[in-house]
Amino acid sequence: MGNVCTLSAVELCQALRKGEVSSRALTRAYLERIDALEPKLQAFLTLTPDLALQQADLADQVLFEWRKDTARLLPPLTGLPIVIKDLLCQRGVRTTCGSRILENFIPPYSATAVQRLLDAGVVTLGKTNTDEFAMGSSTENSAYQITRNPWNLTRVPGGSSGGSAAAVASAMAPLALGTDTGGSVRQPAAFCGVTGLKPTYGRVPRYGLIAYGSSLDSVGVLARSAADAAMLFQHMAGYDPLDASAMDVPVPRYSLQDKRDMRGLRIGVPEQYFITGIQHEVEQAVRNAITAMQGLGAEVVEISLPHTKYALPVYYLIAPAEASANLARYDGVRFGLRVDDPNMTALTRKSRGAGFGPEVKRRIMLGTYALSAGYYDAYYGQAQKVRTLIKQDFEKAFEQVDVIAAPVTPSTAFKIGEHNEDPLAMYLEDVFTLPANLAGVPGLAFPVGFDGEGLPIGMQLMGRHFDEQTLLQAAHTYQLFTDWHTRRPEF
Amino acid sequence: MNQIDPQTFAHLVELAALELKAGEGDYLRKELNHQLQAIDELTAIPLDDSVEIAAHGVPYPLEHSAPLRKDEPQTLIDPTTILEQAPETEERYLVVPDIPHTTLE
Repeated sequence: MGNVCTLSAVELCQALRKGEVSSRALTRAYLERIDALEPKLQAFLTLTPDLALQQADLADQVLFEWRKDTARLLPPLTGLPIVIKDLLCQRGVRTTCGSRILENFIPPYSATAVQRLLDAGVVTLGKTNTDEFAMGSSTENSAYQITRNPWNLTRVPGGSSGGSAAAVASAMAPLALGTDTGGSVRQPAAFCGVTGLKPTYGRVPRYGLIAYGSSLDSVGVLARSAADAAMLFQHMAGYDPLDASAMDVPVPRYSLQDKRDMRGLRIGVPEQYFITGIQHEVEQAVRNAITAMQGLGAEVVEISLPHTKYALPVYYLIAPAEASANLARYDGVRFGLRVDDPNMTALTRKSRGAGFGPEVKRRIMLGTYALSAGYYDAYYGQAQKVRTLIKQDFEKAFEQVDVIAAPVTPSTAFKIGEHNEDPLAMYLEDVFTLPANLAGVPGLAFPVGFDGEGLPIGMQLMGRHFDEQTLLQAAHTYQLFTDWHTRRPEF
Repeated sequence: MNQIDPQTFAHLVELAALELKAGEGDYLRKELNHQLQAIDELTAIPLDDSVEIAAHGVPYPLEHSAPLRKDEPQTLIDPTTILEQAPETEERYLVVPDIPHTTLE
């Protein structure tokens, strides 16, 4: 075979089953590519080559036995390498959340999403860089390193799942797990020219996902195509008795058809997502993609999501409020960093002061303020009410249309350091992705073009609760006719 | 518009259990006030009492909510592996500095 690292995940699964490539050879190929590219990209916080090769050898044994008797049950992803955002626990593998406070944390259990994929036979190559506790849109807030965008090393890969997006875009892995609290799968997917799925809230269990904003966090997928994303997502979704927020809704078979048209699909285009200030090339590329879908038979409908403008302030109250509660567990006593002091209270304060970075402290403080006596109703309570209005916007829209099409970000990937002095400018990067998290609806980002500087442009489709299938099928059909998702950065 | 004064800020730092480095507090307070300007518009939105709060984006009807587990003890993780993550233990207890007894008023 040629360069196996450039094959799609679907093709790799087929090649592994046919014995055209062994899992060991495939894993070694990816590890060698990581060795070559990682010094430039800095996408990984922890690499696990020994574990990966052990898993690969076991997978090869399983595949060998299966080929002798194909009537045997074969775990569906046997031998396929993936990478995991360092916000998800993997038993025995260091999990830092990009934070000094968890620098030496070795989880004693695996996240349900990770365990399900291990049970499905995957090989895990390592843990990818993230903004500290997923708080950021550029991966610059990692306490360890800044990941570079494979399309232009002076640009950010987006965040917080920037390590995962950069790894997939540069073919250091065929698939990656990410998490999306306010856009952290879709925005890096758009910046790196890959496909990123944020499922419906409650579709993939959060057990073992280290919590940031508990009413918003979703475990998602970064892939090279909608077909690859669907394949991984299939084996992560579904009810989990260990997570009360995982919904007991049947998981369909996400079988994408090579449909050559989009007849019957109604696409809503919300005016509030095409605002002044959006990069012209981004708007043009997204509108061109919508026109292309219309040309394939989809019906395009102008819609309104009138409360979109409030999504940013609502998110930046609710998420920090939930974060301030969730991060209270880092006390220097049970796990994580401890800075010793003979006074117990001082020990906790010193440990947290030394272990958390500036953005995390900023959000803890804002959340503490929003939840404190005298301000709770005015801020947190009010934000929860406005969240209802944002949800109702989506409910009304989905009475008219099947999916909503919009840009993922107002611009393409920005320069490293560009927003360092202005956190609010950084927050504005999420303006188009936050509403889906607040409404709990699924969102799928995929590439629809490039700007004049050769940077990828992403579009997102948002859908009804638990209707990931429609999003994946629409993107798959679009990808049958276009080649944006097949283009690769050169090194 | 609400502004966080130094006294309120000091109280928040205590609630958040953070020790801040010299200069970090002033910077954070300035940032917080800057952010409050941006989110203050929320407080001005007129909402009648019929608007309910949304704790989640997804509704949780009973038929889709997680069923209750049987009230039986389960060991998911060996407690020893959990204790291995603690900075300091002694005979399976977490070790912390002496906490002086206080009398609640």
